[in-house]
Amino acid sequence: MATYPGGLTASSAREARHGRPTRTPTDRSAPDAGPESPEPPVRVRGLTRRFGTRTVLADLDLDIADNEFVALLGRSGSGKSTLLRALAGLDHDVAGTGRVDVPDRLSVIFQDARLLPWQRVLDNVILGLSGPDAADQGRARLAEVGLAGRERAWPAELSGGEQQRVALARSLVSEPRLLLADEPFGALDALTRIRMHDLLRRLCQRHRPAVLLVTHDVDEAVTLADRVLVLDAGRITVETTIDLSTPRSPRDPEFQEYRERLLAALGVTHEGASR
Amino acid sequence: MTTQVNPETTRPAAAAPPAVADRGPAPAGQPSTQTGAAARRRRRRLGPGRPIPFGGAVGPVLLLAAWSVGSATGVLDERTLSAPWTVVATTGDLIADGRLQESLAISTQRVGLGLFFGVLAGVLLALISGLSRWGEAIIDGPVQIKRAIPALALLPLLILWFGIDEQMKVTTIALGVFVPVYIHTHNGLRTIDSRYVELAEVLRLSPARFLRRVVLPGALPGFLLGLRFAVVNAWLSLVVVEQINSTSGIGYLMELARQYGQTDVIIVGLVLYGLLGLFSDGAVRIAQRRALSWRRTLAD
Repeated sequence: MATYPGGLTASSAREARHGRPTRTPTDRSAPDAGPESPEPPVRVRGLTRRFGTRTVLADLDLDIADNEFVALLGRSGSGKSTLLRALAGLDHDVAGTGRVDVPDRLSVIFQDARLLPWQRVLDNVILGLSGPDAADQGRARLAEVGLAGRERAWPAELSGGEQQRVALARSLVSEPRLLLADEPFGALDALTRIRMHDLLRRLCQRHRPAVLLVTHDVDEAVTLADRVLVLDAGRITVETTIDLSTPRSPRDPEFQEYRERLLAALGVTHEGASR
Repeated sequence: MTTQVNPETTRPAAAAPPAVADRGPAPAGQPSTQTGAAARRRRRRLGPGRPIPFGGAVGPVLLLAAWSVGSATGVLDERTLSAPWTVVATTGDLIADGRLQESLAISTQRVGLGLFFGVLAGVLLALISGLSRWGEAIIDGPVQIKRAIPALALLPLLILWFGIDEQMKVTTIALGVFVPVYIHTHNGLRTIDSRYVELAEVLRLSPARFLRRVVLPGALPGFLLGLRFAVVNAWLSLVVVEQINSTSGIGYLMELARQYGQTDVIIVGLVLYGLLGLFSDGAVRIAQRRALSWRRTLAD
């Protein structure tokens, strides 16, 4: 379990420089709790992040259980990405306080596939992996995302959806306990996005990571998540457990009910504008 | 392909768009009929048009023809410019008595050594200054100053320090080589997409793996561009050092020929320099194409 006191694995000297009060670090020598451990993989307490004078995250608490799929909705500027970056440990120079406990085995899917253009597809998948069976692992994950046989292709030869599938394979190859996804399907066309939803759901059922999906697409959140959070002005304002059986259909009246409620929470009050 | 790093090949591509984008003269306010009318009207073509087959050879062939005609009719004096066939015959003589091979070997060796040391120094310094802020603070300034001084202006100092033998020649060439290699490699390192750095952090790559998988391949296009400039610089420096106090090499051959008024030998030397420059640039280009094959997409 990696504990970021103040949100970072940084040294205390570095934190002092950024004016971040150092909290008592939790016991780092505690053994990494296995997937069966009662301790949740994600535990965030009192997380605050500021850019200049603007508070982006205000004293936020968040728990994610093992194998739980949480979608985080919010308008742009609501702090969704800031929260995800805090969990990923990618906010080196951001001022703030709070405690973030995340598992060591975490991976991130970005909005762009972020494949190294000079590495072939398979090498991209196993970029963070070492060991003799890395290539086999990579091939297995590529097959799972439907890209068997494309191991030797260059990323530039793939379509946008295929590239994002490679990124998905890369994020799963390390068997993460936590998967952080930052609007991973935002840049894809509608048809590809629907297919990616199916794929992600199947893969999550198989590999069972805890997932935090940041999105602005309400349908995407209701389709995929066990629990939907709405972030507004740095606080979680709405928390809904989606109690629908999978696979879910947007035509289902209950689905539409969830959608309307979440849209209202996001400030979209429209009558008759729904499809 | 490698068009991005190739100033010559970008030009024709840039000239093409105007022919297509020419929608200006169509009357405004009639968007529905515009396309039909425009299809019938002949457009004046503003681009340079289709490429001529073997167009690149036309100029040189004409020049060669003019030279031959001038020599055959006696318009060109043999002392001003030897006839093409004389040059060919002289080339044969020089090969027969071994002087050409000997000069070629020593000149190539000088350029090879100069390139080796220059590229080595350029890459090492670029890595140090590209990967650490302290390295940049210490190294980048002096290199920029060195860049402002033409490499050949250092020649008097280098002659005083190293004499007039091989050491001075190789040092001069290396100094001309290391600057472009450093500049472009350093720039390549500095412009690696920060998103890839973020990715490496998320994947917890070790520094060595980060260097090997992200940094070095990311800087490779810059390095290869620098190498092309470096090769040009190397031959340029060679020409100069071989004509000053030299006792061997192509430049010496030409300098000697100048003293005896042998324009045919001078031209052989010029052709040799040209061919060497051409071949070495071609070699770097092939290396570029191979190393950057990931850039070739379905588009080309």
